[in-house]
Amino acid sequence: MDYIIEMLNIRKEFPGIVANDDITLQIRKTEIHALLGENGAGKSTLMSVLFGLYKPEKGIIKLRGKQVNITDPKTASHLGIGMVHQHFKLVDDFTVLENIILGAETVKNGFLKMDEAKKKVVELSNRYKLYIDPDAKVSSITVGMQQRVEILKMLYRDNEILIFDEPTAVLTPQEIDELMNIMKELSKEGKSLVFITHKLEEIKKVADRVTVLRRGKGIGTYNVKDVTKEFLSEMMVGRKVQFTVDKKNIPPKEIIFEVKNLSMKTKGTTRNAINNISFNVRKNEIVCIAGIDGNGQSELVYALTGLKHIDGGQILVNGEDWTKKSIRYRNSHGMSHIPEDRHKYGLVLEYSMAYNLILQSYFTERFQKNGFLKKKSIFSYADNLIKKFDIRSGQGSQTVTRSMSGGNQQKVILAREIDKNPSIMIAVQPARGLDVGATEFIHKQLVAQRDAGKAVLLISLELEEVMNLSDRILVIYEGELVGELNPKKVTIQEVGLYMAGAKRDEVKA
Amino acid sequence: MNNQNSINQFFDRLSRKKGTASLLSSLIAIGIGLVIGLIILLISNPEEAFAGFFTMLSGGLNDGTRSFGNVFYIATPIIMTGLAVGFAFKTGLFNIGASGQFIVGAYVAVLIGVKLPVLGGFQWIIGILAAMLAGAIWGAIPGLLKAFLNVHEVIASIMMNYIGMYLVNYLIKQTVLNVYTNRSLPVASTANIPKMGLTAIFPGSSINGGLLVAILFVILMYIILEKTTFGYELKACGYNRYAAKYAGINEARSIILSMAISGMLAGVGGALFYLSGAGVYIEVVDVLASQGFTGISVSLLGMSNPIGILFSGIFIAWLQIGGFYMQRYSFVPEFIQIITAIIIYCSAASLLIRNYLELKKINRDEKRSLDLIDDTAEIVNGKNEGGEN
Repeated sequence: MDYIIEMLNIRKEFPGIVANDDITLQIRKTEIHALLGENGAGKSTLMSVLFGLYKPEKGIIKLRGKQVNITDPKTASHLGIGMVHQHFKLVDDFTVLENIILGAETVKNGFLKMDEAKKKVVELSNRYKLYIDPDAKVSSITVGMQQRVEILKMLYRDNEILIFDEPTAVLTPQEIDELMNIMKELSKEGKSLVFITHKLEEIKKVADRVTVLRRGKGIGTYNVKDVTKEFLSEMMVGRKVQFTVDKKNIPPKEIIFEVKNLSMKTKGTTRNAINNISFNVRKNEIVCIAGIDGNGQSELVYALTGLKHIDGGQILVNGEDWTKKSIRYRNSHGMSHIPEDRHKYGLVLEYSMAYNLILQSYFTERFQKNGFLKKKSIFSYADNLIKKFDIRSGQGSQTVTRSMSGGNQQKVILAREIDKNPSIMIAVQPARGLDVGATEFIHKQLVAQRDAGKAVLLISLELEEVMNLSDRILVIYEGELVGELNPKKVTIQEVGLYMAGAKRDEVKA
Repeated sequence: MNNQNSINQFFDRLSRKKGTASLLSSLIAIGIGLVIGLIILLISNPEEAFAGFFTMLSGGLNDGTRSFGNVFYIATPIIMTGLAVGFAFKTGLFNIGASGQFIVGAYVAVLIGVKLPVLGGFQWIIGILAAMLAGAIWGAIPGLLKAFLNVHEVIASIMMNYIGMYLVNYLIKQTVLNVYTNRSLPVASTANIPKMGLTAIFPGSSINGGLLVAILFVILMYIILEKTTFGYELKACGYNRYAAKYAGINEARSIILSMAISGMLAGVGGALFYLSGAGVYIEVVDVLASQGFTGISVSLLGMSNPIGILFSGIFIAWLQIGGFYMQRYSFVPEFIQIITAIIIYCSAASLLIRNYLELKKINRDEKRSLDLIDDTAEIVNGKNEGGEN
């Protein structure tokens, strides 16, 4: 079998750590090759070596059987290697077309030849079924569309080897399906794909072969057909992983959190972002709001946590009217909130871990006296939580949060929010972008909260998570609740129908 | 190639410690600025270039205690404007209006200095306090506009610079104009800041107690930013306003207070300069106070850190004094100002260099945190527990 690109016995060291230890990765022509590993397994280092960003201490790279020396990303691109980054590298104020040709413009006498470029882009988009509007501004198109633009960028440059770095992390379930189809189409058309991920489901769906990395070492390369999900996860994590969380059979008790006729307007339109939503969450219960991204989940969370004003309705906690309470009141009187975007809302990345752990309690007697921070108390509190939640970092409580891994950053938020001992815990996409091990940990903690008598409201886009954790499912569609379902009696497919708006019931709190 | 590796390693090692990246980048920037300055000197006047360059670098050493003391005299107001800009930076605000806040503070101080000798020994203190208030109001206006109407503080504070300058020109004409020289009247002797024994150390210079007042504010700002919940809130807003909101911090309040304090510091700068007893007067001319803009450089070079600002203020004053003595050679004063400006602006670029160094540091930290992801990683690497990270 012909290999289009081979990375043989790559070794890359950083001070104090071997990031890649004798790793071999061989990609066949026209295959979809998954690169599987937890955060920090060495996937990105390996790809950086391929792109010439790092020079490996040992090992060689062969392209179509011939050894090549890749010294910088330009050479890599010249050799036909392209990459779709997890965080897109697009200019928001440029059109789709301008973004695609950026850096590879066809120029005549110093003038751009946009017509030719446009013809080529349209042709490519038809050929690979990557439908886009070349004249739309990037800032006005969806995330899924933006990803297509990134893919077209590679195709425009006639790249043969396409690397997808965790491409599904930012997509909705539907968009993921579309991407899978696009990837298959690309391989059919003769491109070779490397698919970096830690989601086993997706590997099973789309990849031909998979190479597993763990802590800098290559564990092995397998035919996807021949291995099970369980096997792959064990190879990746190094131990058996529980996919379902054990939940004690505790009947839910009295209502803790209640929302009545909540409405929020969307600026500039007549449509309501949230339209007359009513529901409740009881003690010892995990209620899950399922839905496709952009159906009002973010607005709902902003409304519940006080980040945005509501236009109508009532929010009650333990019978007390919280509708007009400030964010700080909610924070300090029994509401925990694990935000959707941990970098934007959950953390001050420049602050140390200890400072982030006291983000909502720095003003309490415990951490300040007469306006002065009690550093000793803050750091010993942080050390305590670090131990309790097993948060790993370089310099303990002094670690700058930005330098921590995503899973550990999420643990910081989780530790802070759980330690508040809330009555209602609102968790939004708590496992987003996390690897299997970290996801398992977060899920266990949420169930533990439920078992300990809290009310948990989980907002999730991942159906598996929804089915796994919830005691009750509420489906949100276009700002309205369209179904109240029992996860024990309903199938994933049925929930999907509600999410897509094909089915709806009357929902009453 | 090898050479480059060892250079990289050198920088890696240096920038590993927190803070060294800042210091290092400032020093690199200063070095670059000095080289460019020297090149320009060589082009314009090759014979005297090195002598002139040496004179500039010698700064406060050119004329014994007199020039040395004058370095601190020049440094005092720009430390204050540097603090003003730096404090706002920490809250994520760019206060480009230090110039206006400076001159408004200066006017109020001079007004009290001329009109109220009845205050006696307290006159200079009242002058400074009034300047604090005036500067704070002048800074708070852009803060209010930003907090409630979402007007960008850069636009608003630039406008306030001009409003402040013309208003002060007008008010001087109305109240304290010296009609023969077209500038403000001299203040009463009790309005001048006491020398506090400093002239005994630096005889012949214009050094005065204002330096100690500035140092007091440096310490005060350091304590506020690093030790208090107030500073914690302000910095949280500056680093990530969304997270601050999430934490229940009142962002509008933080913006207004931060701009008011920033303006207050610049206002004090104005008072310290014009109550220095060195024979300076507010000129009725349509020129913005340069100290406000020098403050931006001081703040950038000092990495917005109060202690850093103290030293960068002294450094820039040192160059300005050195430039003054370059007149001994056939360099015209305007030319000297260009050279010092180049060095100052290159120094300001140290922010870019720091970002580069920090980026390298972050990459390295990420790599290093890998080996802490699991205990077993240490076994894989053949390391024992308890090793250094």
